[in-house]
Amino acid sequence: MCVSTLRRYRASWARYRGKPQPGARRADRLTAWGLPMKERYVAAIDQGTSSSRCLVFDHSGRIVSVAQMEHRQIYPHPGSVEHDPLEIWAAVEEVVGRALADADLHPGDLAAIGIANQRETTIVWDRETGRPVHRALTWQDTRTEGLVNGLGVALGVDADSYTRSRTGLPLATYFSGPKLCWLLDHIPGLRDRAAAGELLFGTMDTWLIWKLTGKHLTDVTNASRTLMMNLETLDWDQEMIDLIGVPRSMLPEIRPSAEVYGEAQGQLGGVQIAAALGDQQAALFGQTCFSPGDVKCTYGTGSFMLLNTGERPVLSSRGLLTTLCCQVGDEQPTYALEGSIAVTGALVRWFRDNLELIGSASEIETLARTVDDSGGCYFVPAFSGLYAPHWRSDARGVITGLTGYITKGHLARAVLEATAWQSREVLDAMVADAGVGLNTLKVDGGMTANNLLMQSLADVLDLKVVRPIVAETVSLGAAYAAGLAVGFWTDREELRSNWHMAAQWVPDMDPRKRERGYRKWHKAVERATGWLDDDDLEE
Amino acid sequence: MPGRIQSIERAAAILRLLSGRSRRLGVVEMANELGLPKGTVHGILRTLQHVGFVEQDPESGKYRLGAALLHMGSSYLDGNELRTRALNWSDSLASRTHEEVRIGTLHDGRVLIVHHVFRPDDSMQTLDVGSLMPIHATALGKVLLATHPHVAEEVMKRELPSYTDSTITDPKLLRRELERVRERGWASEAGELQRLRSSLAAPIIDRTGRTVGAMGIFGGPERLFAARSPRPELLTHVREHAQAVSRELGAIPW
Repeated sequence: MCVSTLRRYRASWARYRGKPQPGARRADRLTAWGLPMKERYVAAIDQGTSSSRCLVFDHSGRIVSVAQMEHRQIYPHPGSVEHDPLEIWAAVEEVVGRALADADLHPGDLAAIGIANQRETTIVWDRETGRPVHRALTWQDTRTEGLVNGLGVALGVDADSYTRSRTGLPLATYFSGPKLCWLLDHIPGLRDRAAAGELLFGTMDTWLIWKLTGKHLTDVTNASRTLMMNLETLDWDQEMIDLIGVPRSMLPEIRPSAEVYGEAQGQLGGVQIAAALGDQQAALFGQTCFSPGDVKCTYGTGSFMLLNTGERPVLSSRGLLTTLCCQVGDEQPTYALEGSIAVTGALVRWFRDNLELIGSASEIETLARTVDDSGGCYFVPAFSGLYAPHWRSDARGVITGLTGYITKGHLARAVLEATAWQSREVLDAMVADAGVGLNTLKVDGGMTANNLLMQSLADVLDLKVVRPIVAETVSLGAAYAAGLAVGFWTDREELRSNWHMAAQWVPDMDPRKRERGYRKWHKAVERATGWLDDDDLEE
Repeated sequence: MPGRIQSIERAAAILRLLSGRSRRLGVVEMANELGLPKGTVHGILRTLQHVGFVEQDPESGKYRLGAALLHMGSSYLDGNELRTRALNWSDSLASRTHEEVRIGTLHDGRVLIVHHVFRPDDSMQTLDVGSLMPIHATALGKVLLATHPHVAEEVMKRELPSYTDSTITDPKLLRRELERVRERGWASEAGELQRLRSSLAAPIIDRTGRTVGAMGIFGGPERLFAARSPRPELLTHVREHAQAVSRELGAIPW
């Protein structure tokens, strides 16, 4: 939730793991294996939006070492957010080296490395020199809006079902295909060079695997975020490629998420690179959501809920995304439904920074606990419209149900409950689309430190809410996938047995109260929609 | 930069002196210790008494810290903030010791549980954040009492309830126990609250050097103890993780 706190935590983690007590660590090695000489580890590279990290895990799935390094966010124009691929590669090399050094490990101590990465971010580079032709266009970058609208117009009224039936995705600026097309259109000479086979395209996983092993490939989860992969064949969809206008020769080969891609060269010489997953899919894997009906939600600035739907893709009629869950080796691939909530932790931050009613994000719980409920107050944080399942760009935020009785404590409750009600809407859409029953929501992310929020979630969802003991689910998922691929872990059961509950919240709410609250929430959402008028957009 | 105000410095010295002692102090005693004229000390004490920062015992005429000051101190670090800062370390402690972890703060002479991590064996457990535990019968409580002598004195004024045969109910014995906790920097308890339960704890210190909470593990005495002493490896984990949280709060690294 708070980046600077997180940064401090990581810095102190590194210090802590770095210095003291080699003796104690040796004891760990003994207890984990019984054989001190043979212990090996799995490393995860977590290449995220704001930083690159490397975590080393032992056989019990416990963190042995962490290193982290931030990289620049480059804003060339409003709406444009870029990363420098070479800076990121340098950071990845640095953090891997530091994580190993902090734990007194050598590349030879690693059974494998897995990669989890920010999704959809798009890079094009020269096949010969390895030099990127442009900085990476990140997933938040909205410069493709015109291009995406153009594709929508070309496809006509059926645009949504056309792209969904092939790729599982609606047309939107997030996805990589249109970003690649934008680069080809806007950088002089690029289309010709691409047609001549001189250029390679990749998402962040592809870039890192290429730098590590010299191979040009991607995994199914990352490919499922490009708008170019066919969900059924798990290969590039020729019609989508033609529509977007991309030469097939520059696309990487699509491979399973967990499989030995090759051996690293350079500083990590000989280590097997054995997994790649988009970060949210990695979190799903790290939470050991291996079975249909398993669902996790990562609560941060925004929140990402993913439901494992098993071996068949479920197309959503409620505005959710259909995406790959993962594919391990030559097993059948599994699919997921994904719903994201744009404003969750961001609302707490807004409450802190813009209203200044609290000094730190954690204090919202203290303030909220000064009252017993929200006093009938509802807060719909549609700061830039409403996403799944409503998809109303004309909505703006509202606070409703205000009376003379409402205090800042009630507002703080309403802020937290907003995250709970939004989760309920996404979860309901998932259950309706997938036709499954659920009994537990696995949670991770910074907001899980908020006990009141977690209890509200359990109450509003009428589900058990559980938090795992290893909060670093993204890295853990990448490590698990890589470890499975090389036989470091034998099967998913072994990974499940590593998963332990750190906390659990059970529903404790009168069903009538829950339904009344949900009804009121819907009324509040109604009041948020249709706020923008045509002439608002002219300004 | 404006000059320092001497009388405030002297008032601070008096408050610091009182906070370091478990018993009340008289004017002469304080004046001697601080090397200040008796009249000066008396004047400052009267002012501090007026704002509620010190209290005078009507019988002996001696002074101790006042309730207003204690309240300010204990509300300094928000319990929810503490949990957020400690989250990753408490998880790590639970997964390394295979025991349940709690973080407690002082609240009205009792231990307020602000964070609880389940024992990682997936047995049925219930979150007890927000509950209160007896302060003299838990390792968390002993750490908090040892680092807050005035609270300890307050607690020992009342009868110390007995929960098992092992509960320390004699203030003299408790004082001795707290002295040991202060010396060692950690506390233990075996079967003093519940017969088959025990706990080990260490202080969480903020950047001003104040103990803002305690973090500890809870488990069966047969797992936490060997030959009546805490298992050294568990104790090391508890102390190191509490130190890591302290560093997180800005305490000077040691």
